[in-house]
Amino acid sequence: MKMKAWFGLLALALGLAVSATAETVTITYWQYEFASKVQMIDRLIAQFEAENPGIKVRHETFPYAVFSEKVATSVPAGVGPHIVNLYYGWLPAWQGAGYLQPLPQDVFPTDVIEVEFAPLVGAAKIGDQYWGLPTAVRTLALFYNVDLFEAHGITAPPETWDDLIATAQALTDYRGGRLLRAGFGMAPDGQDHHLVREILIRQFGGVPYSDDNRTVTYNTPEGAAALKFYTDLHLVHRIGEPDFPFPGVAGYYRDGFMAGLIGMIVDGSFAIGAITRGAPHRWAVAELPRLTPDGERHNFASFWMHGLTPLAAGPELDASVRFLQFITSEQAMEQWVAWVGELPARLSLVDNPELLADPLLGPFVAALPYSHATFFVDEAAQRTVMIDAVLRVIRGGTSPDASLLQAAAEEQAVLDRFWQAR
Amino acid sequence: MNRPQRGPRLPRLTLRGRRTLWAYAFLAIPLLFFIAIRIWPMVQAFQLSVTRWHVDPAQRTFVGLLHFRQMWGDARFLQALRNTALYAAIGVPAQVFLGLGIALLLNNIRRLRGLFRAIYFAPYVTPAVAVAWAWSFMLSPHFGVINSILGVFGIPPQPFLTSPVQALPTVAAVVVWQFVGFHVLIFLVALNSIPREIYEAARIDGASGWPLFRRVTLPLLNPSLVLAVVMATASPSIGILQLFTQVLNLRMYDPGGPLGSTNTVVLYMYQMAFRRYDFGYAAAIIVVLFAIILAVSLVQLRLLRRRFEY
Repeated sequence: MKMKAWFGLLALALGLAVSATAETVTITYWQYEFASKVQMIDRLIAQFEAENPGIKVRHETFPYAVFSEKVATSVPAGVGPHIVNLYYGWLPAWQGAGYLQPLPQDVFPTDVIEVEFAPLVGAAKIGDQYWGLPTAVRTLALFYNVDLFEAHGITAPPETWDDLIATAQALTDYRGGRLLRAGFGMAPDGQDHHLVREILIRQFGGVPYSDDNRTVTYNTPEGAAALKFYTDLHLVHRIGEPDFPFPGVAGYYRDGFMAGLIGMIVDGSFAIGAITRGAPHRWAVAELPRLTPDGERHNFASFWMHGLTPLAAGPELDASVRFLQFITSEQAMEQWVAWVGELPARLSLVDNPELLADPLLGPFVAALPYSHATFFVDEAAQRTVMIDAVLRVIRGGTSPDASLLQAAAEEQAVLDRFWQAR
Repeated sequence: MNRPQRGPRLPRLTLRGRRTLWAYAFLAIPLLFFIAIRIWPMVQAFQLSVTRWHVDPAQRTFVGLLHFRQMWGDARFLQALRNTALYAAIGVPAQVFLGLGIALLLNNIRRLRGLFRAIYFAPYVTPAVAVAWAWSFMLSPHFGVINSILGVFGIPPQPFLTSPVQALPTVAAVVVWQFVGFHVLIFLVALNSIPREIYEAARIDGASGWPLFRRVTLPLLNPSLVLAVVMATASPSIGILQLFTQVLNLRMYDPGGPLGSTNTVVLYMYQMAFRRYDFGYAAAIIVVLFAIILAVSLVQLRLLRRRFEY
């Protein structure tokens, strides 16, 4: 008797569940754990669900270190997300292995995207199709320790790279072969591989890649001069060193800056939150230096994009597309910049005098018009190529010319492998 | 003996036979489990190694030995392979000899033996991430305590983990430090299990010191020695050939660096699989590593195993 009652209940529950799913569609959104982004998406989901009663969004997050592993194994097993947040540099690998589907043209026409979004978002396009869109984009800027500047009688952030060297030399404390304080935090494995590739090489008159992104073009005297300039910061000027203060630790240069062991670092707008929480001293942000007071400005931009996986199909696809529309809307971007501190990806919001005047966000916003988003075909490999180009000179004693020659050959092989497989 | 007559019947099992059958029945459960989570994935890895990976099974294509040919032209893979061999050449003898030496010393003391044993074993049960961070701080060329100590003796600061030349031996030393406690424990247990009478008999025969160790202790330790060597070389937890976690954590932003000088085969495989999403190539690397581990383990067993009798 009892048994029968239980079965009855079970059948009832199943029936309810079935009828409930007939009315509401549940979709899953995945991103890695980054407190402000997680809170922001939670809020956006609440707003979205209020506007779309038939859709429920499940929000799941994983530590950064295991995020791409989770996606790698879950999507083929059919238990992964419908919408996934990915670094734009991962797109070619993910797209090539079938982890993403293109955005539907009827809702996200390519020509409309290209009018409404910042040009660097073009890095989310492969072939003629977009494979995802960002809510926000990030650029680089110079973070400097205001207390340290004042203690050394320095009143303004450096305008040119020569200024930066002079300023950093005043701040550097180098004794007995050990660096006690670095004026400038060098981190080729942090943001500085971007600094060399997209900023210094261009400022020295070179171009990193051909327009079709198929050919490495930095192996020129200008490129070598840029690499020499960067490595001389350590080898000649002694204002900093890669891996300072603690080798191997993730974010060592940012930690060193927050601890007052480093006077200036190049970092992204995404670092504002961590530094706000972690730095006991006063600090400020300035646009990246250039070669001469009226020299060219360049910057590197990047973004995390929301893509649709092949698991989104039928009603889940429709619901996912609506959610994607919502989180890439102006309305979402306005909240995002205020809460997360990343810059809006829509051009309509970039020309905002309020943002430009913001002391922290201003320098990042100002950089957007002259920013480049490298088209990475294999981000991990290309990143390693440039880190090694720097370290070969600094740690291995290779000349900048020879090191860049090797880097260009290695990176060209990476590009060739990608384009030949297409 | 007369048995009561019955009709045609199934062959009766003896008590022993029935016991054996039950034993196999129980053993079949872990065996099935083992096949499902070990053997079957291994078969899949072989299959994957000749496949161009795609999420959609319908779009996976057979590429034959392409990945294996690709490997021999891949400078970074070959560097990882050389590094792994070097790690093994340094790490395996160091772990086993240090482990044996420390165990022999501990076996000779009575006081504070438990404390010393705990001290040597503690690193083995400390999370690899914590170990890596602590060593990264201690090995810093600028603030590290190790360079401060060297400075007292007038030795200039050493780059350690930041030097392409010193990084691999430094990582190997950290790994040995972390794993040696495991071997100390194995050898201590083995030393304790050698019957005291054997030593007494040997002493009566006039053996002592080195000859006693070489002729009595060492042969009786042989099974543990073989276990220690094979584990130190090949096991997933402490096997140098499968070194991964320590290397990754000692250089978070540039795994396997500087200049690829600390990269290992497993770390490279991980990068190919989970950074490049090139599972076919990653599987081919794992198949090669599997063959290497199998061959090395067989050679070790053949060379080291001695039959002995009390």
